[in-house]
Formats: sequence, structure tokens, C-alpha cells
Amino acid sequence: MKDKAIIDPTHQADSPATETAAKTPSFSRRSLLKGAAKAGVAAGAISGFPMIWAQNIKNVTLRQFGTGVSNLNAIADKCKEDLGFNLQLTSLDSDSVTQRAVTQPKSYDIADIEYWICKKVFPAGVMQPLDTSKLKNFSKISPLFITGKLTPDSEIAQGTAPHTVGFVESKGSTKFATEQTNWMTLIPTIYNADTLGIRPDLVGRPITTWADIMDPAYKGKTSILNIPSIGIMDAAMICEAMGEIKYADKGNMSKAEIDKTIDILIAAKNQGQFRAFWKSFDESINLMASGEVVIQSMWSPAVTAVRSRGIPCVYQPLKEGYRAWGGGLGLASHLSGLELEAAYEYIDWYLSGWVGAYLNRQGYYSAAPETSKNYMTPDEWGFWIEGKAAKGDILNPDGKVMEKAGAVRDGGSYWDRMGAVACWNSVMDENKYMVRKWNEFIVS
Amino acid sequence: MALSKNHHSYWQSLPLSLVLLGFLVFPIGVMLVVSFWDYNEYSLLPDFIFDNYEFLLTSNVTLKAYLQTLKYAFLTWLFTFGIGFTLAYFLAFHVRTQKMQTVLFLLCTVPFFTSNIIRMISWIPLLGRNGLVNSALQTGGFIDQPVDWLLYSDFAIILAYVHLYTMFMVVPIFNSMMRIDPNLVEAALDAGAAPWQIMKDIILPLSKSGIMVGSIFVFTLVMGDFITVKIMGGGIKANVATLIYNEISLLQYPAAAAGAIVLLITVLMMLMILFRLVDVRKEL
Repeated sequence: MKDKAIIDPTHQADSPATETAAKTPSFSRRSLLKGAAKAGVAAGAISGFPMIWAQNIKNVTLRQFGTGVSNLNAIADKCKEDLGFNLQLTSLDSDSVTQRAVTQPKSYDIADIEYWICKKVFPAGVMQPLDTSKLKNFSKISPLFITGKLTPDSEIAQGTAPHTVGFVESKGSTKFATEQTNWMTLIPTIYNADTLGIRPDLVGRPITTWADIMDPAYKGKTSILNIPSIGIMDAAMICEAMGEIKYADKGNMSKAEIDKTIDILIAAKNQGQFRAFWKSFDESINLMASGEVVIQSMWSPAVTAVRSRGIPCVYQPLKEGYRAWGGGLGLASHLSGLELEAAYEYIDWYLSGWVGAYLNRQGYYSAAPETSKNYMTPDEWGFWIEGKAAKGDILNPDGKVMEKAGAVRDGGSYWDRMGAVACWNSVMDENKYMVRKWNEFIVS
Repeated sequence: MALSKNHHSYWQSLPLSLVLLGFLVFPIGVMLVVSFWDYNEYSLLPDFIFDNYEFLLTSNVTLKAYLQTLKYAFLTWLFTFGIGFTLAYFLAFHVRTQKMQTVLFLLCTVPFFTSNIIRMISWIPLLGRNGLVNSALQTGGFIDQPVDWLLYSDFAIILAYVHLYTMFMVVPIFNSMMRIDPNLVEAALDAGAAPWQIMKDIILPLSKSGIMVGSIFVFTLVMGDFITVKIMGGGIKANVATLIYNEISLLQYPAAAAGAIVLLITVLMMLMILFRLVDVRKEL
């Protein structure tokens, strides 16, 4: 019943090739290129994708930037192979992504940004909304990004849930729509539920709650991340778990709530609870791998990276639930003509399964789950999405063994994990105040 | 005649003036203007408000950050001066041949073949909880538990600064010491001066300009640095530049600009005091 909302079994009969071919008529929007498109159908039967502008598309280069999680060379290579044009990727940290998006809009064509960043970036007018009718895979997008609900009866989590900044009112508008419209700010691509990472060999007891990071037993051996918008959310999860504060909305705190949260953090810092704060992905890996910290806020692939060094590390599910984030692709406002068409083509391709499967194998989730299923083996799908024990070895996207047969994913199935999201990364109304208080915490 | 001479010097100074005007004065001007602007999450709002300064100057965050920064600057200065002066003295007065002096001096610059950041980061595996120093101490039976304050602490920050910036002291001090006439020292010896008197009355005063130039280097470098504090302090320590860096990365340019202006004024004031103590132009 739950599963049905996401994955419609009737679609699974289609092989990827027939599905693409069946959908090709929607290319008629490029009536000029109709002849070419027909030729493309034939090509599509072989490669899985119609190459409709075989002539001039080779000259197109789309410049995409975003965080390291999804700006992967494998995606650029596959894009070149399937679609024929070049994708140039730049990966930056979250704060630099925001900065680049707002201050250098001419320097990119496609922005791979997170939804909470979108709330800052989109109103700046540097991006153009996407016409959803141009995307043949639009209907495959998880309802989580359309209505905010994973299943029809699930509750919407706190914070900047992606659907609240997912649509704008009209083509030229920078105002977020409250309902689904034809104009989407970002096409969702990737998302995940974050929790604390632990070193099971060093913590010495089961970790069950966010509050465990404040356990005096781990004095000087914990860390949280120093990206204020995300760090404050982790802090909120911790403070609420400690029973110190009950937030009306963790993703949009009042000044008093911010004050109290920061006070708790400062007190903990002064007692020497934290060993360090990390800002970049690599820092979090090093802290954990070197044993400087035993429990810290972390990102899923960082946990994988620590594990791949042969050091035990667990992405520990906690009883209060997860802090989630989602990312998507948006178009720079200067994009037009052939580049714009190529960008639409690219985004549609992104949703068509190969990338989704790649991201799923990294431990993230694809925004179009049913298409990615076509590119995964039943065992992979069972391990990553359904939370089943792996029948064979589970390989990472590079083909290395990541989990042995019999392993079960931490946190269980997709629905267990995404269904237990307590809040989304967000930008608060009191953002300016929050950042000032956060600085106070860092300096204290 | 005098007039045309003046004209020449104007022309000659024009290129540098233009460069300074375009790349120094203009950006600082822009910064000054922006520091009075308002801002929200995604844009700068041209305005004329004192809010940024008001917050900056009344917040005890700023005070703490400045105290922290001055502490780093002073301690770094103290150690780099101590080490730098000794090193320069050894090079200038104890190494006899000029060839040897050159060789040793070049040897001092070898660390500069690798970047700042790499030299800094290489301390981390050494100082960590399970790092080389701790393992050595534990194996040697000096300690039972690993020592925590070696890394992600003020100690680590100062250590990195001293490591990175001592050369900036050595070079100018060595330079000024080389110009001290050895006959002066000999004369003082002949006149029966004790070694400490030679140091106090001859070497120190005559290398004052070098010390001053080195101090200015070290001071301004430490005051404006955020990366050392970030890496060696593990993000848990902060100075003024870290605050500015945080604000920039969160698109709060006006607040960052105000912070930068205040920092600039602070550093300029300190330099003015230093220049009061020594007239560098005369000494050079």
C-alpha cells in the first residue's frame, strides 16, 4: 500500500528502451527538428536515448556547479555518451554554492543546488523557472517534491520542505507558489535523510538519540558541522532530544528559541564537549577516521568513505528521526536557444533512470524512484531501497565491494527512512539573527 | 628648473598611483560604501544605515574575537621575534664566510617550496590524539592518556603561525644586521663592554628597522588570517578574520564589509603606533 504511492508496479514491465521510444512523440515541441527526431527514435532503440540534434549539439557545453555529492564525473561522461553534448562540472561547498549562484549568475548554466539554498537564490532573480510540460519524466518525480507527502497520509516535516519552494506562480515570477503550478524552481534530483555518524568501536554503548552527542562520556570527542543553516538544525534536533526545548518549528525558530539553542551549544562548548567543528566533507571524514571524534553530525557518503578505509563507522538511525535535505537542478536566467533546449534535455535525462540508479548506489535517493529501478538489479534495489538483506555483495558505483552479502542498510527501507524525517534543512525568517548568534557560538 | 623636476616625478609615480588607485583605494572605497548597506538572504539593499557598525561595535562577540586575535598576534610576534632574532644573529655574526651565510640563508627558505596550507596541514597527523607526538609520549611512558591540547587548540594555532611566519622576521633582521659595521662590535669589546651591553647598546638599536619591518609582516599577516585558525583550531577557535569569512560565505557582504573596515582601522592604528616608535624610512 505504502509502496504503491511511489512505485507503480505497472511501470515495471517496461524496459528502459521501449519506454523511451514510447515517449518520443512528446518531442514534437521542436517541430523544426521533427525529421531529425524520427531518426532519433531509431537511434534511441539502440542507445536508449534519441540523439536529436546530432549535428550541432556536439558544440554545446553546459556548465553546471553544485556540491560534491552530485557533481560527479561519471555523470558528465554518461551525459556525453547518451546526449552528445558536454557537461562541465564544478563542485564547491554549500556556502560557496550559494555565493556563486547569487553573485556570478553568468558563470553557470545549470545550478545544482539544495532546496534551502534555493530559498535564498531564487528570489535574487538569477534563475528561470522550468516549464514542467517540457519534461516527459515530470510525472515520475516523487510526490515528496510535489505535495510534500511521501505517501498520501504522511505528515509534512518541519523546515524548508522542498515542495514549499518547488514552484513559482508564473514564468517570470520569483515568488514561490503554495500549490503545484506549471513552473518549477528546481527539478529535484537527489535527497537523503541525515543523522549522526558514530564509531561503533569507540563509543562503547548503543547510540539511540540525538542527545547522546551531549553525553559527558564523550567530552572532547564530538563534533558538529559549522555551516550555520544546517548546524542549527542539528543543534535543534539535539536540544529537543535533550528535552531542553520544544520548538514550534525547528526550521523556523523564534529569536527566543535561537537564543536558547545557542546558549546550550555555548555551555557545551565551554565544558569542552566538542573536539572540533567541520565545514567540508573531507574534514568530517578525517575527524572520524583519525579517531579525534567518536560521534558527530555527518553526511552519508562521508560515512561510506570512512568505512572504505577499513574503519568501522555507522550512520546511526535515531529515535527522534532524521534531518533531511534535497537538491535539484535549476536553470540560469541567461540560458536560451539551443543551450536551453539542451538543458531541458539533460534534466529530463537526469530523471530517466541512469543517474538515479547511480545516486541510489551512493546511498542517496533518486527523485524519480521508478525510473532508477530499471537500471538497478533486484538485489541492489532490495538493499538500497527496500531495506532488505543483500543477497550478494553490494558494489559501490565504481564497482568496488562496499557491503558483503547479508548486510542490511542502516535505517532500513526508503519508506522507513524518508518517512521518519523530522525536519528539512531550511532558511529561517530570523536567518540574520541566527547567523549572528551562531558566530557568537563559534567565538565563545 | 625645480618645477620641471617636480613634473617629472609626478609622471614617474603615475603608473603606481593608478595601480594603487584602481586596486587598493577603489575597492576599499566600495567596501566602505557597502558597509553602510542593508542586506537580506539573497541581495544587498543600497541604503545608509549604521546597523552593521552598531552591531559590530556593541557586540561582545566582536570584543572576544578581537581579544583572541590580539592574543594570537602578540604571542606569534613574541615567538617569531625570539626565534627570528636569534637565528639572524647567528647567521650574521657567527657564520664566518659569506658563502656559508648565503647557503644557510637559502636553507632557511626551503620550506617555502611547499604551500602554506600544506605545511600547516602536515602538523595535524603529528599533533592528533592518536598522532605521532602522543604515541611517542605514551610509548616513552611520559603520559597515560593522550594529550588533547596539542591539536585544535590555541597551542596548535600559535605553533602553526610561528612555523609559517618566522622567516618573515629572519629576513629583515638579518638584512639590517648585515649592515652593522663589525668594527663597532670590536671597538665595544676593546672598550670592555660585556656581551649583553653590546647586544643592548649596539645590535638591538641598529637592527631596529629590521625588527620593525618583520613585526609589521607578522602582525598584519596574523591579524588578517583565517585559514590557520580554521585548520589548526579545528573550527572551534575563531578570530576577527574568521568572523568576516563566515559572513562572506553567508552572503552577508555589508556586515563583512563593516567588519573589514573596523579591522583595517585597527591594524592601521597599530601600524601608526609602531611607526611612532621607529622611523623606518630614516633607518632604511
